[in-house]
Amino acid sequence: MSEPVGVKTLQINGEEVSARSGQTILEVAREHDIDIPTLCHLEGLSDVGACRLCLVEIKGSNKLLPACVTTVFEGMEVSTHTERLQKHRHMILELLFAERNHVCSVCVANGHCELQSLAQDQGLTHISLPYRNPELTVDASLERFTVDHNRCILCTRCVRVCAEIEGAHVWDVMGRGINSTVITDLNDPWGSSSCTRCGKCVQVCPTGALFDKSKVGSDHPKYPDFLPYLNLMREAR
Amino acid sequence: MSKLKLATVWLDGCSGCHMSFLDMDERLIELADIVDVVYSPIVDTKEFPDMVDIALVEGAVASVDDEKKIRKIRAHSKLLIAMGDCAVAGNVPSMRNPIGPQAILNRAYIENADVQPQIPCVVVPELLRIVRPIHEFVKVDVFLPGCPPSADTFHAALTALVTGEPLDIPALTRFGA
Amino acid sequence: MNIEELEQIAESVRLENAKYDYEVNVCMDLACASQGAGPLRDELVKAAEKSGKKVLVRRTGCMGPCSSGPLVRVDPEETLYHHVHANHAEAIVASLGDGPVPALQCDLNEHFDKQVRVVLENAGYIDPEKIDDYIACDGYKALLTALTEMSPNTVIQQITDSGLRGRGGGGYPTGLKWGTVAKAGGDLKYVICNGDEGDPGAFMDRSVMEGDPHRVIEGMAIAAYAVGASKGYIYVRAEYPVAVARLTAGLRDARRRGLLGNGICGTTFNFDIEIRLGAGAFVCGEETALIASIEGKRGTPKPRPPYPAVSGLWGKPTLINNVETYANIAPIIRKGGKWFANMGSERSKGTKVFALTGKITNTGLVEVPMGIKLREIIEVIGGGVPGGHTFKAVQTGGPSGGCIPAEMFDTPVDYETLAQLGSIMGSGGMIVMDDTSCMVNVARFFIEFCMTESCGKCIPCRAGTAQMFTLLTRICNGGGTLDDLELLEDLCATVKEASLCGLGQTAPNPVLSTLKYFRNEYIEHIVHKRCPAGVCNIEAAVPEVQAEVLA
Repeated sequence: MSEPVGVKTLQINGEEVSARSGQTILEVAREHDIDIPTLCHLEGLSDVGACRLCLVEIKGSNKLLPACVTTVFEGMEVSTHTERLQKHRHMILELLFAERNHVCSVCVANGHCELQSLAQDQGLTHISLPYRNPELTVDASLERFTVDHNRCILCTRCVRVCAEIEGAHVWDVMGRGINSTVITDLNDPWGSSSCTRCGKCVQVCPTGALFDKSKVGSDHPKYPDFLPYLNLMREAR
Repeated sequence: MSKLKLATVWLDGCSGCHMSFLDMDERLIELADIVDVVYSPIVDTKEFPDMVDIALVEGAVASVDDEKKIRKIRAHSKLLIAMGDCAVAGNVPSMRNPIGPQAILNRAYIENADVQPQIPCVVVPELLRIVRPIHEFVKVDVFLPGCPPSADTFHAALTALVTGEPLDIPALTRFGA
Repeated sequence: MNIEELEQIAESVRLENAKYDYEVNVCMDLACASQGAGPLRDELVKAAEKSGKKVLVRRTGCMGPCSSGPLVRVDPEETLYHHVHANHAEAIVASLGDGPVPALQCDLNEHFDKQVRVVLENAGYIDPEKIDDYIACDGYKALLTALTEMSPNTVIQQITDSGLRGRGGGGYPTGLKWGTVAKAGGDLKYVICNGDEGDPGAFMDRSVMEGDPHRVIEGMAIAAYAVGASKGYIYVRAEYPVAVARLTAGLRDARRRGLLGNGICGTTFNFDIEIRLGAGAFVCGEETALIASIEGKRGTPKPRPPYPAVSGLWGKPTLINNVETYANIAPIIRKGGKWFANMGSERSKGTKVFALTGKITNTGLVEVPMGIKLREIIEVIGGGVPGGHTFKAVQTGGPSGGCIPAEMFDTPVDYETLAQLGSIMGSGGMIVMDDTSCMVNVARFFIEFCMTESCGKCIPCRAGTAQMFTLLTRICNGGGTLDDLELLEDLCATVKEASLCGLGQTAPNPVLSTLKYFRNEYIEHIVHKRCPAGVCNIEAAVPEVQAEVLA
């Protein structure tokens, strides 16, 4: 990785900002306190560009591009909050709420949920799409943690943290489309899987899909901030 | 200025939203200066009035009766407010949706019955297959999420609606609040 | 192997064929085979032996009009027989030399006259399992010419001059793509052939792989030479076992002839091809998902850029083209880019193979010059709609395409025009619909396809198609509202603009195009609770409760 470090100048929402070459739009925006909503992105994990909340408009391109994986270029003009983008963000959040059974009031992550906060930030007061009400399972076979598929939004943070940070690759995705689910090993119960019980997946899960059994009610804050530090320490070694 | 007519309705919910409404405490007295509560579980009126200015609806639509009520309320209300997560999103009552009404009835009236296990055919209205928020049946003008929305939320929202001031709901409350 | 040796092989095939007075070609493509072409061929061989005439019975790839199968063509007279069965074998052999069998003869002159065959030039003329048959039809000449007489840049220049655009659906200029991969750094590059044809009603690529596999192999080898790749993969869906078998045999024969492997044709060019089987996921036709699948990972797409041309298979520069694109390469190198560019329209050059299906007389494969009018394909080549029904629409581009209404049948078929109409060229499926098709139901069918084939990675496609399916089902059942229609349009916008890959981005096309051209049918379902085509089963209209309150 000996790419020459160059400085790029670009505009985000009309504001001139400078960035290092190779940086993503999201990194640059956050450095300049410009808020772009994200859900599948988590600092310290690879980016997959799946949730589509961080889509931005770039002048000269009709396509919307995910800020988390799109790198900056000289003279780039980025818009992060156009009407068109906000409409899509709204719809994406609605799609998530209607997809599975997110009952905030009785969720262990109530008050600490990224989906819930995003809905509030984006001004979502109701879901106009019909709820799908799928019948989904809860796997409590592991002694410490539970996976409640009703709350899963398939961001795959658990899959990535397990493979990339813990190195166990216990989590993966099974099935296609609307029937996709996260699984442990080859869809074995979590309790009898090769899980190392490290709990990283629980901390990175943005919703109440993965939770610690010792937490009750809505008292389950999550602390995913360990990731960048962990990566930093590993790089330093 | 004549007082605005306010109705509050209780469909499939836990009455928690009504409790929270009452938690406005002394502010209720101020409210009483500008609105008349003409229909509510807490006032003794049997029939929904011809026309109310504001209807606050708690609860999801879970039975044939609920559906009839909400359609009637819509037809007789100028402003319809979905009050709380059950009315807004289905919430706890809708948790039966993946398994269906029969499983719920069996659990309540058969499996847990000590004597005479039977599903009632009168008084208990026929359940809809799917519990749904009220906006899936009728047009809703204002959504107040929360389980329940706090007394402050009620106060701020009602004050704004009565006075015509701008109302920023996401700043007041959220799903599950 | 050199050009002279190639000529010798071709000559020996010609000498061998000259021993026979008659050639009886039996189409053994899937459609004909499923109607009994196998036993027919056996009977023809027996009858030929018994008759004492000098008859060569040859199995061939798809001849085109599948609905008339099993097909038999007798050469040198070029007499085409349709609906031939094993019990006709003796009559056919007996007639040789004394005029055709009138009862079996079919008149498809109009069907064939309007077609121009480039990709399908050998289909129906060669035995797909005989490399020498292919060589006798100028096969591998282009590869050897390219290797010995042309520089990689010259090859790319010819492709650029030809104006060829990707035949998989996107229509990206092939020369430009090759140029990008050629310029990409690194000593290891790959070429991939996308044979994961998955559109409902599309079977162009299958027919090419089954009927003329060496054409694909040759095209890939030329591409590899042009971009500097040493390894190729053909990604074929496992549902195409015959294609897999033919390609496997083709690769083996090409290696034996020294047309693949190390030091091809005495040059320093090394190239070999491996086959990878797809496990039935439609999304694996998307290039980044296909690459993930070859790598042994879950077949889900990745955001682009980086494009595979820069970072593809195992992070190496990768050229990925569709079967039909590769099938065009050899003729372009043989006859020159200019020859190819003379065919077709202003911005869409050459020919395109279409799979005609649905409510049409001559279903099957056709190859037409780009820019031809839809009407000509459907009414002349396709023979019109059968059973006295009237045309309503045609769906091009499969589930990613759109419905084009009958009023627009005079528009030319090229990439730009189809896109303007809200459809796409796609890989070449063409589904014809008549007045018995309900357009809401058609949209629902395609959305259901996209919903079940979504990989589930990005939210708009995963949950958006599922919601669209719910709404469309509701409308079909008579339970829809005008609000649902608005919601449907909002969903279309988000799924189209916010989805990660082409599958999601094009999934709303069938809905958008039917909403645009057949909105009245949606309104009929919603407002009047009736299905104009009589397809949908509409439930009892206004619910009881509503009626009571409104009264």
